[in-house]
Amino acid sequence: MAPGQLSTFLKRGAIWGFIVLELIFFSIAGEFMSLSEKAFMNWDNMLLLLKQSAPLGIIAMGMTLIMVNGNIDLSVGATFALAAIVLLDSMTWPFMAAMGDWAIPFAWMFALLTGVALGAINGFIVWKTGVDAFIVTLGAMLGFRGLVFMYNGEQPTSHLNWTLVDFAEAQFLGLHTATWFLLLVTAAMWWLMNRTVHGRNAYAIGDNREAAVNAGIRVGPHIMINFMIIGFLAALSAVVFYSESGSVNPNDGTLYELWVITAVVLGGTKLTGGSGSIISTFGGVLAIQILRKGLGHIGADTETVNLVIGLILIAVLFLDRQLNVRGKEALRV
Amino acid sequence: MSEAMQSRPAARTGGLTGAKVGTFLARQGILIAFVLFMVGFTVANERFLEPDNILGVIRSSAILGVMALGVTFVVISGNLDLSVGSLMSFSTIVVLDLHDKLGPALAIPAMFAMTLAIGAVIGFLVGYLRLNSLIVTLGMLSAIHGLTLTYSGGQNMDIADKEGTWFSVFGQGEALGIPVPILIFAALAALLGIVLAKTPFGRKVYAVGGNGTAATFSGIRRARVVFSCYLVSAFCVATAGLIQASRSMGSQNTVGQGMELEVLAAVILGGASLMGGSGTIFKTVIGVLILGFIQNGLLLIGLEFYVQYVVTWIIIILAVWLDVAAKRGRLLSPIA
Repeated sequence: MAPGQLSTFLKRGAIWGFIVLELIFFSIAGEFMSLSEKAFMNWDNMLLLLKQSAPLGIIAMGMTLIMVNGNIDLSVGATFALAAIVLLDSMTWPFMAAMGDWAIPFAWMFALLTGVALGAINGFIVWKTGVDAFIVTLGAMLGFRGLVFMYNGEQPTSHLNWTLVDFAEAQFLGLHTATWFLLLVTAAMWWLMNRTVHGRNAYAIGDNREAAVNAGIRVGPHIMINFMIIGFLAALSAVVFYSESGSVNPNDGTLYELWVITAVVLGGTKLTGGSGSIISTFGGVLAIQILRKGLGHIGADTETVNLVIGLILIAVLFLDRQLNVRGKEALRV
Repeated sequence: MSEAMQSRPAARTGGLTGAKVGTFLARQGILIAFVLFMVGFTVANERFLEPDNILGVIRSSAILGVMALGVTFVVISGNLDLSVGSLMSFSTIVVLDLHDKLGPALAIPAMFAMTLAIGAVIGFLVGYLRLNSLIVTLGMLSAIHGLTLTYSGGQNMDIADKEGTWFSVFGQGEALGIPVPILIFAALAALLGIVLAKTPFGRKVYAVGGNGTAATFSGIRRARVVFSCYLVSAFCVATAGLIQASRSMGSQNTVGQGMELEVLAAVILGGASLMGGSGTIFKTVIGVLILGFIQNGLLLIGLEFYVQYVVTWIIIILAVWLDVAAKRGRLLSPIA
């Protein structure tokens, strides 16, 4: 096997190898250190793990697209919160309340439209002003959070609809509703990235923007559509999560962007754009969730999770650079 | 982005044309905006310009400001530091904890040493190992947060004897009628401003951020410069943590959470480019003050604190847009 092939193989499979290592570690460590009698690799536990990865995972799929494009979105946490508020609050509007359970699809639609609209704002600004997406979405992170607060002050927004809760807690073919949403989004984004012109353009633009412009790709509208997609997915994530919980605090979703970016980077997507894969991002999301759950299983506190994930992120970056010849050039934002 | 860089010299040459006036306005836009805001708020509420109010604003901006000074070095060197909020929580918690164990005279240097050690780790990873600063400091944000919680066991830290210690001087003291946090902020800004503008090290920071390869070929040790920038940043964070701890004499573990982005917003508002190579300490101070006065002015005219988030958003985008537009010589992006 040539050295190039070996490193490619290592990079592609690294995240899955890491997941297997995590599972083995927590299964063995769980035998000795666990507070509960149950094994870590318990079927129900694994199902729950998939369900709990959904909110992060759904946004991570959009972030992969954005980062393959060579951009970044720091405003997803605030978009998530605003969509959640619209979802829950819209069901209390008089004309919606009058519709009974038929209000649910409308509430979903309003929430998703909110996400798309916020994404469109970001995308439009990036397109027309030419300001770096990092700065645009950094500003939007503050601005959207301000909108969240302006909606309902510092009060939590709550509305519990039992039909919605039943739907969110339902299991179909053994998998939870949230898991199905995660799988559907993963499949749809995989198709978009690998089987459509839009997906091919996303890689082309991320790889070499000038060349993409010269090749006749309309880069501006393309970027705007991508931001609308991630806005939609952030809202969808909120829809999936808050259908069940029924109450949102104005600070919900803070630091989500950091977790999502961590998952995407663990999956091997480059910040510089042009490379990354949806399937690997799925692996990255699972890896983070297993780590969180596993550390909880062996009785570690939440603080350890932060510490470990931070260190793993840096270790992954280091290993990736050692394996990646191109990465030896200075990477810059 | 690269087009903007290329057209920069073109925008600088030429006579006093309309374009040049436009460029001047865009370049100094942040100062003009600052003056406009001050005038507007003064008209809206006469209390705005009272000395007490002005001192109060600067005092409450001092913690953010001190951190922004250090981040300015990092940003000019072409890197990012998203770990400052987390690190500030860490230094605040550590100095409060050590205060009761060692006494203030030992606690302060010990806290500075620990904070600088973490800064050195980040500087090593970004400078010598050349890892991407965004991801490294993102990871450190999470890791330091975990470290802080482990250190404190998740508990709030409080100084037991709040009256019988001189530790409160850094956050609550006054000298010559001026609050000490302002004096610290001003002194540090003056010192770092001179270091950045007048010393060989400062010029190296600009060189590394402007064109790292060229800097390396002209004999500048890039890794060492970047490493030093993170040390400067960590020193500023430790100072901010000291002010914070001394002001409140007790703290939660999450006191600095989210500040990394506010700090970055202030630095960007001051006109430092995330591409590196541009920005000054003076402009960062202006950026910090703008954020502080907007917050205060909006509160004074009776708006809720969160309105400032939306206003800050709009100002950041407009400020950077004008800057980018001035560099490329046209308002809208040429990308179709």
